[in-house]
Parts: sequence; C-alpha cells; structure tokens
Amino acid sequence: MARARPGLSPWLGLAAALPLGFLAVFFVWPVVAILRLGVGEGGVLAVLGSGQTWRLVGFTVGQAAASTVLAVLAGLPVAYLLARTSLRGLWFVRVAVLVPFVLPTVVVGLAFRTLLPDGGVFAIVLANAFFNVAVVARTVANLWSHVDGRAGDAARSLGASPLRAFRSVTLPALAPALTSAAAVVFLFCATSFGVVLILGGSRYRTLETEIYLRTVELLDLPGAAALSLVQLAAVVAALTVGALARRRGESALALRGRATVARRPRGALSWTVVAVALGVVALLLVPVVVLVARSFGGGLAGYRALAGFGHAGSLQVSGVDAALNSLRAATDATVLAVLLGVTASVVLVSLSRGRVRRGVVETMDTALMLPLGVSAVTVGFGYLVTLDMLPGDLRTSPALVPLAQALVVTPLVIRMVLPVLRSIDQRLRQAAASLGASPAAVWREVDVPMAGRSLLTAAGFGFVVALGEFGATSFLARPDTATLPVAIARLISRPGELNNQMAYAACTLLIVVTVAAVALVESAGRTRVGEF
Amino acid sequence: MALTVSGLGVSYGDLAAVSDADLTVADGEVLALLGPSGCGKSTLLRAVAGLEPATGQVSWDGQDLAGVPVHRRGFGLVFQDGQLFPHRDVAGNVEFGLRMRRERSPERVAEMLSLVGLDGYGARRVTELSGGEQQRVALARALAPSPRLLLLDEPLSALDRALREQLAVDLARVLRATGATALVVTHDHDEAFTLADRVAVMREGRIRQVGTPDAVWQRPVDERTARFLGCGEFVDATVSGGVARCALGSVTVEWERDGDVRLGLRAGALRVAREGVGGTVVWRVRGRDHVRVRVRVAEMVVDAVAGVGDVAEVGDEVCLTLVADGVAVLPPGRADQPSPRP
Repeated sequence: MARARPGLSPWLGLAAALPLGFLAVFFVWPVVAILRLGVGEGGVLAVLGSGQTWRLVGFTVGQAAASTVLAVLAGLPVAYLLARTSLRGLWFVRVAVLVPFVLPTVVVGLAFRTLLPDGGVFAIVLANAFFNVAVVARTVANLWSHVDGRAGDAARSLGASPLRAFRSVTLPALAPALTSAAAVVFLFCATSFGVVLILGGSRYRTLETEIYLRTVELLDLPGAAALSLVQLAAVVAALTVGALARRRGESALALRGRATVARRPRGALSWTVVAVALGVVALLLVPVVVLVARSFGGGLAGYRALAGFGHAGSLQVSGVDAALNSLRAATDATVLAVLLGVTASVVLVSLSRGRVRRGVVETMDTALMLPLGVSAVTVGFGYLVTLDMLPGDLRTSPALVPLAQALVVTPLVIRMVLPVLRSIDQRLRQAAASLGASPAAVWREVDVPMAGRSLLTAAGFGFVVALGEFGATSFLARPDTATLPVAIARLISRPGELNNQMAYAACTLLIVVTVAAVALVESAGRTRVGEF
Repeated sequence: MALTVSGLGVSYGDLAAVSDADLTVADGEVLALLGPSGCGKSTLLRAVAGLEPATGQVSWDGQDLAGVPVHRRGFGLVFQDGQLFPHRDVAGNVEFGLRMRRERSPERVAEMLSLVGLDGYGARRVTELSGGEQQRVALARALAPSPRLLLLDEPLSALDRALREQLAVDLARVLRATGATALVVTHDHDEAFTLADRVAVMREGRIRQVGTPDAVWQRPVDERTARFLGCGEFVDATVSGGVARCALGSVTVEWERDGDVRLGLRAGALRVAREGVGGTVVWRVRGRDHVRVRVRVAEMVVDAVAGVGDVAEVGDEVCLTLVADGVAVLPPGRADQPSPRP
C-alpha cells in the first residue's frame, strides 16, 4: 500500500509555474538576451582580459567589503540594544534603523552629497553602510533574542570576562545570522547603483554603474555583457553563502526555545554598548534631518515648485504628476509582487513540508532571490530587447515600470512571508486536519490568520521599496511617466537653485511616506520582519 | 474490531521507525501504546492518523483507509502540548471541528467545556490558559465533533507531576463517560495503567507485548520489557502450588502455573522484616516515607525498603521478605542480559 506524500497536491506544480514563469519571462529571458547580444558581437574575452575590468572588480568588491564591515560594526551594538535590553522607546530605535533601508537610493545619495560635498570613496562606503545597518541589526537581533543567555552566564562563572564570554560563547551562536546578514549586505553594496552614480560621478565606478554607462552612453554591449557575466557569478556566490548560512541558522534555532532575555543593561560594558548603539542611531538620523532641513532652505519655494516643471523645464512632467506616477506604479508593483511572493512562499513551504529534497527547495529559493543581485540596468535593457516579441505593445507600455519594480520587490516579500510560514508548527496544521479541515481549509484557518500580519508588513515594505526603486525605473520610465526618484535624479543633474530646492522637497515627500509606512508596519504589532 | 492495524511499517530513509506492527482496538476500548522515548510509538499513532506515509494496512470496521486523507478519517488528535489555535478563543478552538462540518452548536461547545471542567471558559484567550487548562481545551476540541477514534499523543507529558496525576484521572473519567474508542501513546506506566483497558508495549519500532494492564505488569514477556516496567533485579525461582521460591525467600503468585520461572524485582519487592532471609546493610538512604537500603545476601547485593521506624544502619544484620505487589514473573532462563551485581 503506497500512500501519497501528505501535503503535496498537483495544484502545487501549477502554483509554482506562476512565480517561476514570471521569473523566466521578465528576468531570465531579458538577461540572457542581453548576455547573448553582447557575446554575439565578440570582444567579451578582450574585456575579461583587460586590466581596467579587474580594477573595476577590485573597486566594486573593495567598497562592498568596506561597507559590509562598517555596517556589521555599526549593526551589532544596535542588535544588542534591540534584542537584549528592555529600555523604553525601543520602538523608536526600530523605526529609526529601518527607515534608511527603505529610503530611495537617490534620496540617500543626495543626502550624502549634501553632507560630504567632496564625495569620493568615503562617502560611497558611508552611504552603502547607512542603508544596510538595518539588515545587520534586525537579522542578528532576531537570532540574538532566541539565544539562551545562560551559556554566557556559565562561561562567566567559569572565570571568563564579559568580553571573553561574548567572544567565545555568544559570537559563535550568532555566527549564522551574522554570516547571512553580511552576505546580503555585501550583495546590496556590490550592486548598489543610485548611490554610486550620484556620489562617485565619473571618477569612482563599480561594475553596476559601468554596465549602465557602457550600455546607455557608449553603446558598448559586449563590454556590458562581459561585466554582467562577472557580476552574475559574484552574485550567485554571495547568495549561496547566504543560503548555507541560513541553513545553519535554522538548525541552530531549532535547538533553542524562545527565552525572555531582554533586561535592563547592567554594568559598564552593557551601558557602553548601549551608548554606542544610540550613537549609531543618532548618526543614521543625520542625513535624513539634513535633507528635511534643506528642503525648507528657501521657505516653501521647493514645495511650491513641485507643481511646476523645474528650472527652465528640466522635467517633462510636473513634480505632482511624478509623485502620482510613483504612487500608481508602486501600487501596481506591490499588488503583483505580493501575489507572486505569496504564491512562491506557499510553494516553497509546501515543498519542504512534503519532505521534498532540501536541495530542490533551496535551489528554487535562491533562484527567486537572483533579481536582487543582478544589475537592474541589465534587466531594464533586456526588457527593451525582448519584450516586443510578446503580444501587446509592452515595450512602450506604462506597465513596464511596475513589472520591473515587482521583480525587485518579490524577493523581499518572500523573505518576509516565508520564514513566518515555516515557523508555523506542523502539528497545529495536523490538529486542524484531524478536526476535518481539508488542505485548503487548513490554509484558510491556520496559515493565513497566522501569517496575515507579516503579509501586511511585506506589502508595506514592498510599497516603499517600489516607490524608491531607481535602477530599473530610470531605464524604463519614459520622460512623461517619470517617477519621483527619476525626477529627483534629473533635477540634481541640472543647474539651477530652484531644481535643488525642488529635489530636496521631493526627497522630503518620499521620506515622509517611507517613515509613515515603516511606523505603520511597526505599530501593527511586534512582528518579525522576515530575515532582513 | 473498530481499528485494525496489520503489518504496519514506517521508514525514514534506511531507518525503520516502526516495523511490522499489528494492533486492534475494539469499539469503546482504550488501548495504550507504552514504550521508552524514541521507540516509534508516536510514529505508529501518526501513521494511524494518516500523517505518515506507511506500508501495511490501517482499516476501520474492515474498510481500508489507504486512500483516505487525514481530514476524512474522523480521528480526533490530541498532542502533548495542546497545539491550540492561538488566534481563536477557547470556544473558537472547541467549535473548530463542528465548523468544518458546517455545524454551529454553542450547546455542544458548552457541553464539552463542562465535560473537561472548564465551564464558562469560552471567551478566554488560549494564550492566557495554564498548561493543564490548555490540555483540557485540546481534549474538548478533539471530542466535540464526536470522532470515531481518539488519538492521544503523550497527552499529559508536558505537565508537572501533581497536575499530571490529577488530569490522568480526569481523562480516564472523560474517556469512560463518552464511551470513546482511543489510542493513547505514553512513556509513563502509571498513565497507561490509569487510562487503558489494554496495553501494548513497544520497543525499537516493534510491538513486544499486548495485554491487560495486570497481565503486562505481572507477566512481562522478557527481561528488557520487565526492566522498562520497573524491574531492576532478576532471580531464578520455582513455582509450586501458587508459591514461588527463590534464594531470597518465597512469595505468593496465585495466577502462575507450576514450573521454573524468573522473578523480576521492582523497587518495593523486598522489605526489611522480622523474619526472612538474612543479610548485612551496606548502604542506606532516607526517602520521603521509607528508607531504602542495599543489603548483601550471600553472594548477592539487593535493594530493599524499610519502614522509617525500622533500625537499619549500615553494618546491621537484617531479615528480608518478598512482597507480592513488587514481583513480576517472567519465563525461565531468558537472561538476555547478565544480572547486575552478581
């Protein structure tokens, strides 16, 4: 008597086809087309062999590594503050840390250009780290709040100093989260586009901005294709490291129960760490505050200017229309990304519940993360090459921007919804089934209510990320469908004081929406914000 | 027979968690699956529920359940730690099974809560309940849709001792009152004997013995089963006329036929008394309401129990006598392990 694997239904294949099909049509195909286009014209090997290419790789990896180290050093004390202390006002720290992560890159680039007018490597590293402190702080805090402090206490009682206990007991326990966070941060920093473009100018170029320049300005497709190949290899490597670290993280977590570990800091060392963490939070606020202050530099002139088209018609749409374009595109992208991300999460969690080989699940998981790391420029240009082969005039359609944004947002939705679905006790679902709930009813009665909050969170974050998306949008948005970030980039690249004031005002609008979304999500309850 | 399990096996890769298990549970009967942790008893229960892919056959009233998914089996399930739905209140949990059949019956919910001693708890949040109350709600939830079989997986193990004993008695009462047919998995003999009409002892994925609690307790099939049921020492004996005689004296075993046997001795099998086999106390420790002593008798060292008032200091000469309640009878000569401290 052979019984089917419980929990695996034929519908699963159909459901898997939706996100994987989207990934194939709107990601793999355009990227492969661009790569083939470049390789077809020859000269790829010449680019791969040139010293300039490897200097670019060196700079890209170097700045990403430096930014990652800085983000980890700044994120660890904040993780301690969030996970192990019970001070009042921690919700403010949570919001303050999270806002930079979802701020539009253009806004951050502008903020750091205002703070450090000379720009340069230092500004790039600082800005990249600024973005990613949240990733380190929240990923590590998540694990840290589950680590049983008694192992550290035992080390102390055996004669270890607080620092020694941290190094030899706590730090190894945090290693999975730390590695996973570092891999993700490295990925974000290595492919960061808007920040490097604004702060590096033509002097400091990474693979990502070089691909953009070669594609858009030099029309050097073989060069761009070769660089895309190099970048893809690096991204797959970083994602694999992240997946391996996650695997260890999950097995490590399984060993421990939830412990109430938050207490008031005690001793000089704890208070020092808390002080450092609060210092980091204060520093994170500086760029935001500077931008908002600047936006009022000319009274309300910048805000009034939003109704117009900037100095000497710098824009083809008014600031208000750009804002409306942003809202429309972000809404469409969020709806699409939530649909795709939830479907993918359901498929992934059903596969692991159905005891499908772990490798299969992890490969699919990693594949769905790929859009996070591949040059948005490559994807954007790929759209222009491939999408006119599809029925309907998609290439010139305003639907193109939300499609590209959904590609970026979907991985975020998966990373927020999947861990929550995975953490639902299988036996709770089995209890429902034993009470007569069909598989569909189990989802309706157990999974949906329990993961509902994380779904709202994912939608909130997805929305602000789509709102701020710059890389692919700058490539795909037509002048009359420009979004706010694209308009900001255009304004600051044109002369005129009015343009600057208008850009600051637009940035402030984006900041307000972002802060509101983050605060809303945070107040919706103390949800774990996925693995980021 | 209501439930029939025949030749059931469950494997995880190369590891056989359950092999060749045969079981029957009659209508209205409570069967306990008793065994040490990791013996495969929970896996067997999960296979009956339809939660594990298995070989062999599970059938109900003669109908093979192979193609019947969990939610159509009509088997209620209670886990060790409740597994209540955290987003529903107590009443919402209890009515879940009724709702799945599109029935609404506040009366039934109230009746179930009353049955488990939680009158008026309907509007409470389940996260506010104590561990014992959660288990009661889990039981009410499983019973509400009148399942044809109730599956209980270590239902009391997560509770502390006093609560466990109290709830075991309550659970036995509820099972009797509802006339439920049930399969209970437990590693605790007390629990098994309190709840069950029959007991199946499992070890290493196989069912080793099935019988009434008395039969299993008094006549374990082999030494390892006897050890699991609390026997620490074994001596050869001969039964004649309902009395077993061995090197440590004699004891009444009316239910045993004449012949050679082995006696398994539990903690209370030997008592310090006025007469009996003589020995020297070599070790002594005070218990709550008794004194435990270790006594050298000829070439053996055995454990025995003394009253608090009995003088039994180290070095004292004492007499030991066998107590029928602490003795199990095994087939002869099956020393699959050497006796300890010969």
